[in-house]
Amino acid sequence: MTTTIQPPISPPAGVGRIRGLQCRECGQMYPAEARHVCDMCFGPLEVAYDYDVVRASVSRESIAAGPRTLWRYRALLPIEGDRVVDTHAGFTPLVRAHNLGQTLGLHNLWVKNDTVNPTFSFKDRPVSIASTRALELGFDVLSCASTGNLAGSVAAHAAKAGLRACIFIPSDLEEAKILGASLYEPTIFAVDGNYDDVNRLSSEIADLYPWAFVNINLRPYYSEGSKTLAFEVAEQLGWRRPDAVVVPIASGSMFTKIHKGFGELDKVGLVDDARTPRMIGAQAEGCSPVVQAARAGTYDVQPVRPNTIAKSLAIGNPADGYYALKIVEQTGGALEAVDDDEIVDGIRLLARTEGIFAETAGGVTIGVLKKLVAAGKIDADEVVVAYITGNGFKTMDAVAGQVTLPLHVAPTLASFQAAFHPGDRGGQRGA
Amino acid sequence: MASERVKFTFPPDLVNTPVIYNMGKEFGVATNIRRANLSHDRGWVILEVVGTSEAIEKSLAWAKEQGVRIEPATAETP
Repeated sequence: MTTTIQPPISPPAGVGRIRGLQCRECGQMYPAEARHVCDMCFGPLEVAYDYDVVRASVSRESIAAGPRTLWRYRALLPIEGDRVVDTHAGFTPLVRAHNLGQTLGLHNLWVKNDTVNPTFSFKDRPVSIASTRALELGFDVLSCASTGNLAGSVAAHAAKAGLRACIFIPSDLEEAKILGASLYEPTIFAVDGNYDDVNRLSSEIADLYPWAFVNINLRPYYSEGSKTLAFEVAEQLGWRRPDAVVVPIASGSMFTKIHKGFGELDKVGLVDDARTPRMIGAQAEGCSPVVQAARAGTYDVQPVRPNTIAKSLAIGNPADGYYALKIVEQTGGALEAVDDDEIVDGIRLLARTEGIFAETAGGVTIGVLKKLVAAGKIDADEVVVAYITGNGFKTMDAVAGQVTLPLHVAPTLASFQAAFHPGDRGGQRGA
Repeated sequence: MASERVKFTFPPDLVNTPVIYNMGKEFGVATNIRRANLSHDRGWVILEVVGTSEAIEKSLAWAKEQGVRIEPATAETP
């Protein structure tokens, strides 16, 4: 990829709630526009706020008076205008997981059930922010490189916002995810290659076309949406942060933003305790570059070629892997990975204990939770939140052959009694 | 002129080799280091490579042949 050299821009003098975009590495400031990389050091940019201004404009009461969506936290989000793209994303249930907790030996386990978002994954959170910002910045096309969940969310939000959607996916994506996104009538480009190939192509296109790529040139705004996963959990726990959270890691963006969200609650005075939750990262063994780095005792995340059923986590070169490692260290957290069989076991365990059907990323979360409890790395009395970020109907293939098939009976009592044995759950495993 | 932003990661056996200098000399590209993290046995450098498109392409292919891992400087979020 090549780009024409542009003259440097002058740093802005940011005032107000949003000060601008700031390089996470060198601190250089930029206007709050569509850009994601620092011209000075090529580091990632993120939204910088004036937290004194935010603190003065937000309270527990003002949030409680807001809509029962992620927009209740608008004061902590990078939006400037009045119009928002509202698909009613967020404010999803925080479920007290008594049954799963009992099975695992945890007394205070909660599940953040983000499977019930409008397009059935947490991606509706960042895309709500990015699509709103795309409108504010005057874009006509909403675009993304996606492992699947993002495709559906971008397509849906573009439909709601009246924007054209152009979406780039790996050609081997699960059919359910492609169908789910297609229904909103975006233009979908299925690229022969893995996600990292799709991403490279998208970056080249973003350099040439005036499109709002939610996870490229709008990434600083997009990623802020994941902070609401922290805000909601704290509010739903009575403005208290949990002791530990288990979060799946793909690029590491959600992981770092949940951590940022918990920190902001303290900065703006919405929580009383100064304690930061232990951040626990979960990856699939078949794509676990961050876990591998932790095991090797290094911050140098080596890219891997993904080979896992957890396709929504199949990022071989995670952009925020380094930052995730730092956060784990700072918070006394942990990193662990599970293999494909453990992922499926995790999906089934969550389903049979809590009635929640998670996609493969959820199986990773539950599998890692189980593994760490067994290893004594999570205390039985800790308040633990497991983030379930996508709906199981998106990855039905993963559990095909793993579930119990119906008992076939004739429409007679005798046939029923012959087939039914108290204590049995059902018939044979599906093929 | 064109430019490309890349991340070079050096394996232990290349840490003491002047790969970036040699690349610039051999292919006539200008290299501008923006950020780096080096230790005695490993390291990465984020740099901008400036030159004709053809020279950039050839120079990066050559560096890769030497054993440098090359990635875009800005990996993205899915």
